[in-house]
Amino acid sequence: MESGKKYGGRTFVTEVVMIIVGLVFLVPFYFLLVNSVKSFGDLLSNAANWPAAFEWSNYQRAWEITKFPQAFSNSFIITAASILLIALLSAMAAYRMVRHNSRFNKALFMIFVAAMVIPFQSIMIPLVKVTGMIHLTDSIGGLIICYLGFGAPLSIFLFHGFVKSVPVEIEEAAVVDGCSPYAVFWRVVFPLLKPMFVTVVILNSLWIWNDYLLPSLVLQSAEHRTIPLATYAFFGQYTKQWDLALPALVLGIAPIVAFFLAMQKYIIEGITAGSVKG
Amino acid sequence: MSRKAWSQVGQQLFFIGPATFFFTLIVVIPFLLGMYYSFTDWNGVSGTVAWVGLDNFTQIFAKDSDFFPAFWFTTKFTIVGVVLTNLLGFGLAYVLTKPLKLRNALRTIFFMPNVIGGLLLGFIWQFIFVKGFSAIGDATGIGFFNLPWLGDEITAFWGIIIVFVWQTAGYLMVIYIAAMTNVPKDVMEAAEIDGATRGQVLRHVIVPLIMPAVTVCLFLAISWSFKMFDLNLSLTKGGPFKSTESVALNIYLEAFQNNRYGLGTAKAFLFFIIVAVITLIQVRITKSKEVEV
Repeated sequence: MESGKKYGGRTFVTEVVMIIVGLVFLVPFYFLLVNSVKSFGDLLSNAANWPAAFEWSNYQRAWEITKFPQAFSNSFIITAASILLIALLSAMAAYRMVRHNSRFNKALFMIFVAAMVIPFQSIMIPLVKVTGMIHLTDSIGGLIICYLGFGAPLSIFLFHGFVKSVPVEIEEAAVVDGCSPYAVFWRVVFPLLKPMFVTVVILNSLWIWNDYLLPSLVLQSAEHRTIPLATYAFFGQYTKQWDLALPALVLGIAPIVAFFLAMQKYIIEGITAGSVKG
Repeated sequence: MSRKAWSQVGQQLFFIGPATFFFTLIVVIPFLLGMYYSFTDWNGVSGTVAWVGLDNFTQIFAKDSDFFPAFWFTTKFTIVGVVLTNLLGFGLAYVLTKPLKLRNALRTIFFMPNVIGGLLLGFIWQFIFVKGFSAIGDATGIGFFNLPWLGDEITAFWGIIIVFVWQTAGYLMVIYIAAMTNVPKDVMEAAEIDGATRGQVLRHVIVPLIMPAVTVCLFLAISWSFKMFDLNLSLTKGGPFKSTESVALNIYLEAFQNNRYGLGTAKAFLFFIIVAVITLIQVRITKSKEVEV
């Protein structure tokens, strides 16, 4: 539908209207940024004004109190390890299910797909007990294991659809050349799955990076906190201390916004690919 | 068994084993355990768990006063939220498939709120509602901004709706744009030559042809709004007076604040059934309306 018609007066009016709508969309960010560098008194007297003086020390204090580097590295380690393992294990499982479509594997695939309907809140209460029993509680590794379980259904579903479109002849040729089934997957199939690998990694990274509830149930000690957990704890302590809370929020959203602006093309493609079948 | 059969077993374990193991441990076992616990008086602490039959469910239906208000709030929120975010997402997509000069920049702006997590967004908007809106109200004198935002039942409801739509419309816009880009040009041109107005083209050509995207977007929006938690927690915490407590938040508080794990799992089980039924109905209805090109 994307038409290449000439740029007329009507289009110009639409453009102007949309720019205004876009600015309205950005107003919350204006408030956030402008007020994050105000002194507390300045902020209370008028939240819409440009800062009377720039208090950059707000950021320094928020950085120290939230222990931002710690929270950032926790979030980063958890997200990176989880997304890579989810993508790898899901690709392996989906590959086998497509290429060896036995009755057992068909049933297993149906279970994975059906599990996508289960809301997280329906399993979180007994999950706390299970993670406690097998000592996954309050450990970053334990949290990553939880993400492997929750991330598997959608990722397997996406890879399953994709593997079906990979021609099996290439694999047969590799087998004739003496490749073991494991080498076929690593050397032949896995490289071909790259577009879907990117999609799965992107979709899971946005989810895991921003997730609050699961980490809040699994992690306890302050040094394990992710960015959302650190922000939540900070808010409990400094309610209404906006001169500290706002810079903490800016720090909290900065990494994911930067990631989005850098990876925008892949994120948009990933969402489109992930939703067409979802 | 032959060597070949053993090799198949080995491959099955190697490829499917790990994913299935973690999935079973983290999803299947807790899910089944939850079904069991919903018939018990488990309190999360004591070692003994007694079977209480349907007590938890009768309590939810008869005595417990906060599940149905939460359910009603969630339903209202879902209906309003799904309609508004889809209308906005569709509208943005419709306009941003026109040859505007700043098209890509605008798409970026509208999508951006979506990459930020609900918890942080809720906190940001708390500030906007409390301080930002009153500043705008003082400057412009528009009464809308001087309402007691988040302070009473109605403004709290619409407050969460505003943030939800602001956060999710861009995501749906991306899906609608992908679908609209795939509508064949010749079909559109044929309709125009036949004298169809813009409204008629939209209603009788574009909408039927992008019905699969509508299915996906309705599905996503229902699932987000019905399971809303983060936004609810950070924006209102269910207040004032539990008037904006979603089912997800209600389940969470029942278990981890009131320590009634058995009752919490019973609510969680009902929640699962409701979500499953809605999903099935919704997929069936929209699939039947799809048009093949």
